Amino acid sequence: MSKGQSGLGKSTLVNTLFKSQVSRKASSWNREEKIPKTVEIKAIGHVIEEGGVKMKLTVIDTPGFGDQINNENCWEPIEKYINEQYEKFLKEEVNIARKKRIPDTRVHCCLYFISPTGHSLRPLDLEFMKHLSKVVNIIPVIAKADTMTLEEKSEFKQRVRKELEVNGIEFYPQKEFDEDLEDKTENDKIRQESMPFAVVGSDKEYQVNGKRVLGRKTPWGIIEVENLNHCEFALLRDFVIRTHLQDLKEVTHNIHYETYRAKRLNDNGGLPPVSVDTEESHDSNP
Amino acid sequence: MDRSLGWQGNSVPEDRTEAGDDKEYVGFATLPNQVHRKSVKKGFDFTLMVAGESGLGKSTLVNSLFLTDLYRDRKLLGAEERIMQTVEITKHAVDIEEKGVRLRLTIVDTPGFGDAVNNTECWKPVAEYIDQQFEQYFRDESGLNRKNIQDNRVHCCLYFISPFGHGLRPLDVEFMKALHQRVNIVPILAKADTLTPPEVDHKKRKIREEIEHFGIKIYQFPDCDSDEDEDFKLQDQALKESIPFAVIGSNTVVEARGRRVRGRLYPWGIVEVENPGHCDFVKLRTMLVRTHMQDLKDVTRETHYENYRAQCIQSMTRLVVKERNRKDRSRN
Repeated sequence: MSKGQSGLGKSTLVNTLFKSQVSRKASSWNREEKIPKTVEIKAIGHVIEEGGVKMKLTVIDTPGFGDQINNENCWEPIEKYINEQYEKFLKEEVNIARKKRIPDTRVHCCLYFISPTGHSLRPLDLEFMKHLSKVVNIIPVIAKADTMTLEEKSEFKQRVRKELEVNGIEFYPQKEFDEDLEDKTENDKIRQESMPFAVVGSDKEYQVNGKRVLGRKTPWGIIEVENLNHCEFALLRDFVIRTHLQDLKEVTHNIHYETYRAKRLNDNGGLPPVSVDTEESHDSNP
Repeated sequence: MDRSLGWQGNSVPEDRTEAGDDKEYVGFATLPNQVHRKSVKKGFDFTLMVAGESGLGKSTLVNSLFLTDLYRDRKLLGAEERIMQTVEITKHAVDIEEKGVRLRLTIVDTPGFGDAVNNTECWKPVAEYIDQQFEQYFRDESGLNRKNIQDNRVHCCLYFISPFGHGLRPLDVEFMKALHQRVNIVPILAKADTLTPPEVDHKKRKIREEIEHFGIKIYQFPDCDSDEDEDFKLQDQALKESIPFAVIGSNTVVEARGRRVRGRLYPWGIVEVENPGHCDFVKLRTMLVRTHMQDLKDVTRETHYENYRAQCIQSMTRLVVKERNRKDRSRN
């Protein structure tokens, strides 16, 4: 799921991450269309393949978030959506005739895009992350990082990290879920040095030093997306896809989902929620 | 030898008179010089307001425009502190001098604008401030001692539009609609080094369309006189088509192409603030300071202030009439 005010490059980044056009870019709203008055939730599913491994990727975008004049509680539709997915899964789990593989529509990861003002987090960022870090894995990302010089970038990251800490916001990888020392040292390093990842996304290619690279061409130079001296896109990609993809799913299932399930069972007096529709017939061989 | 007499009987050499014209040279052609001398003695003043959410580079731009360091001791607030922040209006005044001409520059800033979660009517303090200055001038103008009226009216408002959006946001529209009848608004596309040239063009076009669509009246450059030369007209046309100005500011000096210039040093290149190929900073500075400063003041005086004054007088008259009617009724 990608979150943040419009225009922060969310769609471009998701496309870059998965090297395919998985996200439809909200081409600036037409004069006839208006900025959605409430936060919308748009989920698009894709199947992508690499090296014989197929992955069903669902990208959930939230146009309208943070764009209004009054953004109070604009995170509520999102929290609701996430909980609805947990509820769907729960209902399937407690069914008498369960499917062999329960369709998993739960949100495994939420990329929250921070605006690169260079000052600090915005009150809206804090409010959102406070509420949502309790229900989903949040990975804060600094959008459009080509706005900042190296010095500004490192100062901004330090300030953001400190603000997140002071406000008790546990972003992924959460400290309390480190399983062993090896995990802890690896994650500590990521938490304290790399995150939040300052990224630049692009779907255009240019020729640099004889190679074709993804980048942005400006009158003063070409910003290479995968060049670690320019931005941390490669770190984010490796982190989310190459090393921690499975862990993201596990934490979602073992912790966030279990928390939701426990709360629901508690509310229901220790009994599983009753499924209202009994006419549903299940295939025994999905 | 034909000698024409100038004023006071001083003889004036022949080549001073207009060719083929028998008019005598009176000498009031020196009036502009006299006005110039008096104005320079008096000094000039200009009040510039900067508005927009924090982090868009407003302070940096002001420092770059006027080559000062107005915000040296500023303390930046963290997000938590900003949750409770309301919109403030702050004033910094600085006297600068160039070639004997003194300018008293007042910068009005609006910290807190657009930063909260709920920004409903956050432009109100700004509109009220502008009205207050008009009101004060109105009172002073109607007062007894009019020799030393201080003109605190806001002559121009630079409104910073975020380059991270898809054009104007609802807040931008609301702000500009609330203020366009009160002050000259010059829209600025901030932090333009985030954008590639095609992106800049696209955003500018979009913003111009939206401004027209919402009926926002930004500051209009006066049209050229038809007798100006082609170069000037082209320049003027280019200026009009650059709105909103895509700017970059910098507080630091870097080494670029063998020269020391104001700029920003990135791993992939150096952005030069004063390079017209990089951003519109030079255009903005030219417009604001070198060509249109006086016009901005004139429009403030002749249009915005007069509107305010007319409204004020109207409402005062209405009150007086109401009061008189009430008294008449109670007497009968």
